[in-house]
Parts: sequence; structure tokens; C-alpha cells
Amino acid sequence: MIHTWRSAFRGQYAILICSIIIALFFIVALLAPWIAPHSPIKVDLLQKLKGPSMDHWLGTDHLGRDNLTRVLYGARISLGFATMIFLSSLLIGILVGSVSGYIGGWVDSILMRLCEGIMAFPNLVLVLGIVGIFGPGLMQVLLALMLVQWVYYARICRNMVVSLKERHFIAAARISGSSSWKIIRRHIIPNVQRPIIVIGTLEMGWAIMDISALSFLGLGVQPPNAEWGAMIHEGTSYIRSHPELMIYPGILILIVVITFNILGEALSERYGVTRR
Amino acid sequence: MIGYIGKRMLSVIPIIFVATLVMFALIHISPVDPAEAYLTAAHIYPTEEVLEQKRHEFGLDQPLLTQYLHMVGRMATLDFGTSYLTNQPVWTEVAARLPATVELALWSMLFAAVVSIPLGIAAAVYRNSWIDMLSRCISYLGASMPQFWLGYLLIFFFSVKLDWLPVEGRGTWQNLVLPVITLSLVLIAVYTRLLRTSVLEQMQQTYVQYARVRGLRERMIMLKHVLRMSMMPLISGMGINLGKLLTGTIIVEQVFSWPGFGRYFVDAIFNRDIPVIQCYVFFAACLFILCNLLVDLVQLYMDPRISSKGRAEH
Amino acid sequence: MENSGKVLEVDNLQVGLNNREQPQLLLENIHLTLEKGSILGLVGESGSGKSLTCNAILQLLNPRQMAVSGSVRLHGRELTSLPDKEMRRIRGREIGCIMQNPMNAFTPVYTIGSQFMETLRTHYPNLSKAQAREQAISALADMNLPEPSRLMKCYPFQLSGGMLQRVMIAISMCLRPALVIADEPTTALDVVNQLRVLRELHRLRTECGTAILLISHDLGVISQLADEVAVMQQGRIVEQAEVHQLFNHPAHAYTQTLLNARPLTALSGSRHAAKQK
Repeated sequence: MIHTWRSAFRGQYAILICSIIIALFFIVALLAPWIAPHSPIKVDLLQKLKGPSMDHWLGTDHLGRDNLTRVLYGARISLGFATMIFLSSLLIGILVGSVSGYIGGWVDSILMRLCEGIMAFPNLVLVLGIVGIFGPGLMQVLLALMLVQWVYYARICRNMVVSLKERHFIAAARISGSSSWKIIRRHIIPNVQRPIIVIGTLEMGWAIMDISALSFLGLGVQPPNAEWGAMIHEGTSYIRSHPELMIYPGILILIVVITFNILGEALSERYGVTRR
Repeated sequence: MIGYIGKRMLSVIPIIFVATLVMFALIHISPVDPAEAYLTAAHIYPTEEVLEQKRHEFGLDQPLLTQYLHMVGRMATLDFGTSYLTNQPVWTEVAARLPATVELALWSMLFAAVVSIPLGIAAAVYRNSWIDMLSRCISYLGASMPQFWLGYLLIFFFSVKLDWLPVEGRGTWQNLVLPVITLSLVLIAVYTRLLRTSVLEQMQQTYVQYARVRGLRERMIMLKHVLRMSMMPLISGMGINLGKLLTGTIIVEQVFSWPGFGRYFVDAIFNRDIPVIQCYVFFAACLFILCNLLVDLVQLYMDPRISSKGRAEH
Repeated sequence: MENSGKVLEVDNLQVGLNNREQPQLLLENIHLTLEKGSILGLVGESGSGKSLTCNAILQLLNPRQMAVSGSVRLHGRELTSLPDKEMRRIRGREIGCIMQNPMNAFTPVYTIGSQFMETLRTHYPNLSKAQAREQAISALADMNLPEPSRLMKCYPFQLSGGMLQRVMIAISMCLRPALVIADEPTTALDVVNQLRVLRELHRLRTECGTAILLISHDLGVISQLADEVAVMQQGRIVEQAEVHQLFNHPAHAYTQTLLNARPLTALSGSRHAAKQK
């Protein structure tokens, strides 16, 4: 790959800008209850389907709820859940991966084959299958999404542990008296943090997409909660007269996911990590 | 070579076996009681005796191994049980809806190929030009835009505003246009990028230089030599794209009320119609496995280096 | 306009990087002439600009990245100002080229035969498939390659470097170019195959009267085949003389360094072997 100054510069630029945008989204999501002008779920039929005004910058929806507020709260839900899923799947992934790599043998082989199977199989189908078996509901959805995400982190950790094992790092560290925790801290974490950051970024974006898709289908976040996918679903009934109900949340999903994607790709180029 | 093919085909069997195991495990973990669901759907009040009777009928009181073997046996004859909702055999319902999904999928793949191949090549040959930027935009958009949103946007513009195309349903070619565009965008996004990278890589290779040195026409070099070599990573990436295609059909069928298998699957989830869910996931798994097998075989055909032992002769 | 006998004339060839910040000259002041049936050896270490010269002559440098100036004349015809279409016709048919890396020179997914035939039919569109195959087979046989008809059906990975190299020479011979540029034809080969390739190049000159621009860092190879030798260092020709003159009485210090660097026993041994053929 020819690295010209322009592309390297653009890469750094991209990382910076995307990180700022994402940080802004997180801040907005956190502060939503304080900065939102209205309540996201309170119904006021007198105000329904009004256009943009001073009181309602983005107008109101079919139940008189302020669109801007709902969009802000939507950020809260999407980002919040995505983060939750990321953290929990990361934890499980690290645990399973490290243990698997450490034990080795047929346990390792089976686990890794399982991971490969899950990774290759389409995400949403698997999630829908799990939700189907266990019933529609927010908890089931989150659980299902977590179950398909942990495999990526597991594989990264497992590969790292195996390579460390092969290079006798662990044995050497043991001999020199380091405790397991120290081994993890000094050898494993610095080596895995880059691939994890890259994959984590991309997975956050995909998790947000999946959450909104599931909510759109009616399986994830249930009304009256303000979630972008659910809002699109509700908005489609009014597509002829008030398409903006459907357009606002969609634009936001697009912006957030594209930012995560650009950031993920820029990071992957910078760190030289291949993803998926 | 036959040995390789044979080995590959045989390796499929254990994977399918694992898939059936998973299916079986899931059914038994599920909190839904098949007997109860059946009775509810048939509008029979599930008293204890009736439940016991139904459970016995379904063979739920038999040892797990027997149940498993029965299930596998039935699956082999495409008997996936009966729908909890309609009490019809699952397979008949599925078979009625499958053609619609297949139609959607095939047209989308075709459209994606027709758009992404020229775009990918152009993006590589005219690197950093406007067409490269365009392809990059399309790739990011395709990967980041929620498919259902895109579908509705298209409906809004072309059906509601312009009234050129119908809103939903399946029928004439006009019904196909919007669903196909929606479904194929995500495929186009992936293929274009992949092809661009692949072509760029190939253009650096020695054989391209030697082809020029020999005096071959540039167009022939690109279309005959480079394209053929560039296609190979694309084909091995087909598995992932099948996944996107599958996911896409579920969503697109929902948006456009397309009467296909994907929509049936979503309905089944809402209705807790376990046999249908089971059938879909198993079907998806098999499709996936077969697709990977096919990909391997096609790669074998396309790249003579893989199969033969390749001993250099002196 | 035709200077009889002079096949290639390179005058004041200069190649620089199109870097606006730092104009850097990669090749400076290159003067070369080749008469019919003669072999000019181009020697130098890696990075001295030998392959660049070869690419410049063939007009294969990317004008967006490299700035080329000077004159390159083939049979008196100026190549630098030719449109791409014309130059494409000249490549292969009037200037042949044998590349350094024979293992990667052919497209891996097509057979040798199909690539041979496509080259022939590109330059002679009226050739039928059967005729092209016949010519290819006879050219391969001419190169003393075993079982030519079976070879045609082989894929590049099934042949050794030496055989692929000779296939490249065969393709060149079929088209009967006036000039052949051989870029490190023996570098990737073992000694046995090296001798075979050199033998075929020698035949090219004697039987077809082809002029050869022989590029190599291997002085042994140069000494066996070349009539004249030009020594390159950092993009410049520092010395150019008739082969015996250069080897016995080198004028430039760099030439002397190169000559000193070679293992003497290997040189005299292979020279001896070549004389015995």
C-alpha cells in the first residue's frame, strides 16, 4: 500500500473528528434527561403532528411527543445498550478466550470452531433465532446480541495467549515469580488492546444497527420508549403526510453508525489490524 | 482432485450434525411447551390430561436420544413438524413462500454484481478520482444505512411522491425494483470495496507488467487477466455476503410486505411458532454450509494451483 | 532516416521523480547504442538504475510519477513521442523483453499455451488458433524444451524458473523482434538452467541477428555474452567499453570495484564451460 502524506494525514484527521463526534453523542446521551426540552413519553394529543416551531424544534409525532426529545433519548438507548453489550461481551470474550488459549488441546479446538461458526453465520439470523426460542423482549434481545459478539474478543485473546505461550513468555514470567495478574497486565493487555479497540469500535456501530433493526421489527425496545428503530417503525404509518417522523431517527442512525465505521476503519489502518 | 472434492463434501456432514444438535438443544431449552402451544393454536383448552396426551403424542416423554433420532429422521424427509399457528406442515408453508425469497435474492445478487464490478474496477483504475470517491461513499453508506430506513426512503420518493412504483407486495417487475435496490446496496458496498482492493493489488503484480511488455492490449489485460485474478478473493468472501443477503431478505420482506420466507420467520417469532423458527434457522445453517462448500469448489475450478500437487518439473 | 545497422539509440535519457518538492533524478545522461546482432551488457549493483532504463526504453514509466526526457530511437524511429497505441504494437513485436522473475511473469490461472497464443494473435490478428498453436509448439521445441505440446497445457506454477525463462525467450523469438531486452535473465536460476538460457540467448543473436540489451549484475554472464559493456552507478553510466577492454583494463574506479568483488574461480570456471560448448 502506498502511504502518501495525504492519506496518513487524512487518517489522523478522521480519527480525531470521528472520536469527537462520538464523544458528543455520548455526552448528549448522558445529559438527555437534562437538556431535552420535553418528556419523551408523555402523550399530548392536542399537539400531535405539528411542524417545527420554537417550542418543538423538530415538530411532534402522532402522539404529540416532541421529536427532538425522543431523538435525544433514542441516543441514550442506542448508545447505552451498545455499550452494555460491548462491555459484557468483552468480559466474556476475554475470559473464555484466555482460558481456552491457556488450556489448549481439544477444549481450545472446539471453542474456536464454535467461535468461527458463530462469526461466519449471519448475526441477525442467529439473534432472531435466539429471540424466537426464548421470546421477544428487551432482555432476550440484549442477551442474544451479546452472545454473538463475544466471539470476536474471545478469538483475539485466545490467539494472544497462544502466541505468548509459544514464546514461553508465560513460563518465563512464572519462573521469575510474576503472579498471573501481573502477566495479564504486562503482557496480554497491551497486545490485545489494539485489535480490541478496532473491533470494538466497529461492533458498536453494528450493535446500534442491530438494536434498531430489531426494534424496528418490534422485537427489541417496545413502545412507548424512544428508540430510533422503533420510532422509524411508528413513523412509517405517517409516511405520506409526515415523512419527517421517519427521517429524523434514520438520519441519526446513519450518522452514528457511519462515524463508528469510519473511525473503526481509520483505526484499523493505523494499527495495522485486520478486522472480521 | 476428486479426492479433494470428496473430502470436502464429507466434511460437511459433521457440521450439519452439529447444527441438528444445536437445533435440538434449543427446542428443549425453550420455555415454550410444544404441546401447550399446539393446543392453544387449535383452540383446545390445555387441561392436564389433554396436555399429557399431546405430549405423549409428540413423543416428548421419551428419552432424549430417541427424540433426537426421530427429529433427524423427520428432517431428512423435510418434515419439520407442524406450525403451532396453523397446524399445517411447516414445510408446505415454507415451500409456498420460498420462491418469493429466492426471486428477491437472485435479482439482488445480479444487480449487485452488475453495479459493483464496473464500479470496483473503475475505482481501482482511476484511483483517487471522483469515481473512486463515489465508490467509497457508496460503500460507507451501504454499510451504515439501516436497510429498513433506506427501503422506506425509496418508498417515500418513488411511490409516495413520484408515484412511479408500487409501495408493496409482489407481482410485476415494478414490484421488484425497490426491494432489489434496497437489498443490493449493502452487497454493492462490500463488493465494490473488495474488488477495488483486489484489482489494485493485482495491478502491481509482475504478470501485469509482463503482459504489457508482451504488447497485450490494456483492455485485454484488465478484463481477461486482472479481473480473473481479482475475482478470487471475492468468491471466497461469498459466505459473508450470503449472510448479509439472508439478513437483508428478512428486513426487506418486512418493509415491502414481500411474501417470502423471511417475513414468515419474523411472524413466527411473534407467534412463538417454534417449528417454523427451527426450520428457518436450520435452513439458514444448511444454506450457509452448502454455500461455503460451493465456494470451495468454485475456487478449486478457478485456481488450478489449489488442487494439483504442483510439483515443478525440471 | 534509417541508420543502417543501428537498432537502438538512446540519447541523453533522463528520468526524474515528479516530486514537486524535491526534483530527484533517477537516471541521468544515458547514452546507449546497439547495432544489429550485437549484445550490450548493462552492469551495476541493485538500485543503479538498470531496470529503470529498461522500463524507460519500453515507455512503461508512469508519466504521473516519472518525468522522462531525452531520445529513444528504434531503427531511427523516435519512441518517446509515440502514442500509446503505436507503442503497444512495438512492444513484443519489435522490442522483446525477458523479465527477471519468470515464476511470476505469467498469469497463474491461464496455461502457458493460452498466454503464448494470445501474444501471437495480438500481434498477428489474422493468425488462426491452430496456426498460433503450431508456431508456439515449434518455438518451444526450438528452445529445446521437452514435450512442447504437453507444455502448452501446463500452468505456470508447474514449470521451473528455467523453463519459464526459456518460454519467454521462445515467445520473443516467435515474434522476431529486432531488439530483445533481457533483464537479469539468469538471476533466479540455478547454474544448469543459467547455461541453458545463455545458450538460447546466444542463438538468438547468431541465428536471428537480434540485438540484445543484456542487463545483469552478474559479471560472469556479461563476460560470456556481451560485446560491449556499460557500467551503471546511481543512475549514470560511468564507463562504457568493449568487453575485453573493460574487464582487463577498467578505466573507472567503480568498475574496478565491481571486478574485484566477483569470486574469481567461479568466473573462470563458467567461462571455460561456455567456451567448450
